[in-house]
Amino acid sequence: MAGTVAASGSGDARPLSSALRDAFVISIVAVVVMLPMIGLFTTPSGGALVVETRFPELGLAVLLVFLGRLGLNWAVEDHPAGAGALGAGTAIAGTGGLFPGHLLTALAIGGGLLLVFVAATKSRAGTVAWRSLSAKTGNLARSGVWIGAALILFAVALPWLPFTDRRLLDLATLVLIYVMLGWGLNIVVGLAGLLDLGYVAFYAVGAYSFALLAQHFDFSFWMALPVAGLMAAFFGIVLGFPVLRLRGDYLAIVTLGFGEMIRVILINWVPVTRGPDGISGIPRPTFFGLSLTRRPPEGAESFHDYFNLPYAPADRVIFLFYIVLVLALLTNLFIRRIRRLPVGRAWEALREDEIACRSLGLNPTNIKLSAFALGAMFGGLAGCVFAARQGFISPESFTFIESAIILAVVVLGGMGNQLGVAIAAVLLIGLPEWFRELQEYRMLAFGALMVLIMAWRPRGLLAQRSPTALLRRDGKSA
Amino acid sequence: MTALLTVEHLTMRFGGLVAVDDLSFEAEDRSVTAIIGPNGAGKTTVFNCLTGFYRPSVGSLRVEKDGRLHRLERMEGFRIARDARLARTFQNIRLFPQMTVLENLLVAQHQSLMKASGWSVLGLLGSSAYRAAEQEAIERAVGWLRRIGLEGAVNLEAGTLSYGDQRRLEIARAMCTKPVLLCLDEPAAGLNPRESADLCNLLVSIRDDDGIGVLLIEHDMSVVMSISDRIVVLDHGSRIAEGDPSSVSRDPAVIRAYLGEEEGAA
Repeated sequence: MAGTVAASGSGDARPLSSALRDAFVISIVAVVVMLPMIGLFTTPSGGALVVETRFPELGLAVLLVFLGRLGLNWAVEDHPAGAGALGAGTAIAGTGGLFPGHLLTALAIGGGLLLVFVAATKSRAGTVAWRSLSAKTGNLARSGVWIGAALILFAVALPWLPFTDRRLLDLATLVLIYVMLGWGLNIVVGLAGLLDLGYVAFYAVGAYSFALLAQHFDFSFWMALPVAGLMAAFFGIVLGFPVLRLRGDYLAIVTLGFGEMIRVILINWVPVTRGPDGISGIPRPTFFGLSLTRRPPEGAESFHDYFNLPYAPADRVIFLFYIVLVLALLTNLFIRRIRRLPVGRAWEALREDEIACRSLGLNPTNIKLSAFALGAMFGGLAGCVFAARQGFISPESFTFIESAIILAVVVLGGMGNQLGVAIAAVLLIGLPEWFRELQEYRMLAFGALMVLIMAWRPRGLLAQRSPTALLRRDGKSA
Repeated sequence: MTALLTVEHLTMRFGGLVAVDDLSFEAEDRSVTAIIGPNGAGKTTVFNCLTGFYRPSVGSLRVEKDGRLHRLERMEGFRIARDARLARTFQNIRLFPQMTVLENLLVAQHQSLMKASGWSVLGLLGSSAYRAAEQEAIERAVGWLRRIGLEGAVNLEAGTLSYGDQRRLEIARAMCTKPVLLCLDEPAAGLNPRESADLCNLLVSIRDDDGIGVLLIEHDMSVVMSISDRIVVLDHGSRIAEGDPSSVSRDPAVIRAYLGEEEGAA
């Protein structure tokens, strides 16, 4: 292999030898570092600790370091083909079970694939392909209308596709809830530029509003939905007032505290929220008053009886999926419209420069509060749907990690871009749930995916911002 | 002519530092008033007091137009811009860089558009009245772009424009708020001689054609001397001279402030 590389790079033989020398030096450092960590280990033997050696493993680890360093050197020094072959070889050796232990195998496969990836981006053909791929994803945003329409069609058809089972549909419902949450948070973070780390609070307010109203006042899903939205909007304003003067990091800290406050209240206010036990028996949404359960509650008629259909448990899942889909599409429509209105433009202007906004007579208080209130409202609606999907809610569902995931959806999707947020929600919510079989490697893959997206597109998947007003040649606005 | 802006006994203290000390002057309607002075004389502080970014320690600031009086020292910054109709530009340009040129000018017309959109309710429902109002706002914006020679850049991101274009766009954006007094903080800074000459023409046209007052902080004396109707000279926070350009340029106190005292002079 080294021979082919030397032949292809015969014009400059020096980098090859220097690459080898560098890799060799690094390997010596690796031996020094890893000897006590991998080469020696202690085991208890009859009350005393005995030092044992693991020299084969140490040798293989050092070999991996050597190959990885050599490959990286080749990749940056115009021998990407050699680096790619080296990486592929290492990865294949790893899958072939050549390395003992999970860690070394994972390192060999992961490192090898990474090397192939780096080599591919550095090679001439790879650079061209990479550029065109980047340009194409840039175009994605421009052709976003078509992609959006295709995605909507796919979503509408999803329950009837042959490969769709109940689990996939349930997952799709969850993804759509996160799409809604992402779009709601996008108003606050992406458009108004107010970093909110406690968005889950509004999600919780929406969910508990529905749960408590259903429990104490027999509210149905449809009656509770607007109330949940309004309650969350109210809480958005409550949060908004004290943080009006804050920006950036300081705002983030206060919103973080607010999110935790709501959760702690939910845990400790036992008489009302039943504390950590949560609230169960939340009613399912009805279809114009028709229940979708097998045995409808007293006085209600069931969907399958009314339409003389056999009872199918999947009906309820499909129905909920369509409810969330419609709500998500309404959210999208609402935000697309309001972005083009003066208030939407004012949000973006506030993100760009608050002082300039003041000097133009815009009241920053009203602009911020409207962003908080509307963003929170969509969080509340999503929370109401979430409660209906689960049938049971407890404070455990509303921890900080939820806020972080929703924020990750917004940031990875591209701040302010609706389609990007939807795609990011599918990636971040759908894939980890779908790959539950990977077990402990699931979160590792999740983290790696986030890192890869941010390395590839630092401003999010679709960072392109579409202007809210365009002047066409004929002088009309578009 | 009547005084559009009256500043009386304006004092601004930051702790022990007196940035502006008992300053009084007037700016007339339909005229260009320049505030000049060496660096650190307190010019920008006066602007920040006028536009509500600082609350003055002492003094009264009044704007009177068509019989309506506004006392600026009691108003919040955004109300000064919205109700008293003072518009300003900034020494370091403050556009909305990621928004397009057109959007920058539409944000400046927020008040009228907000009303036309029925505080967003009618706008969300797609009312035709709002669409007409938006079309009108776009036409006003394009009219201003034509006046500053930027009509070709209407859909470009404001941050991508050249420095001189950004300066002119900021003035157009301020004018889109339909102000009675336009306050410009060093509008000619960083412009080449041709751009400075264009700026002078623009400011004269704003004074004469739009019929509003212009208040100007500027270091470029060729600009100040050619378009100012009246000049106020500040040094160490106090007024040291006031008058028309020719008298101010001959004033010994002004020459002393700018060039320093001669050695051995009393």
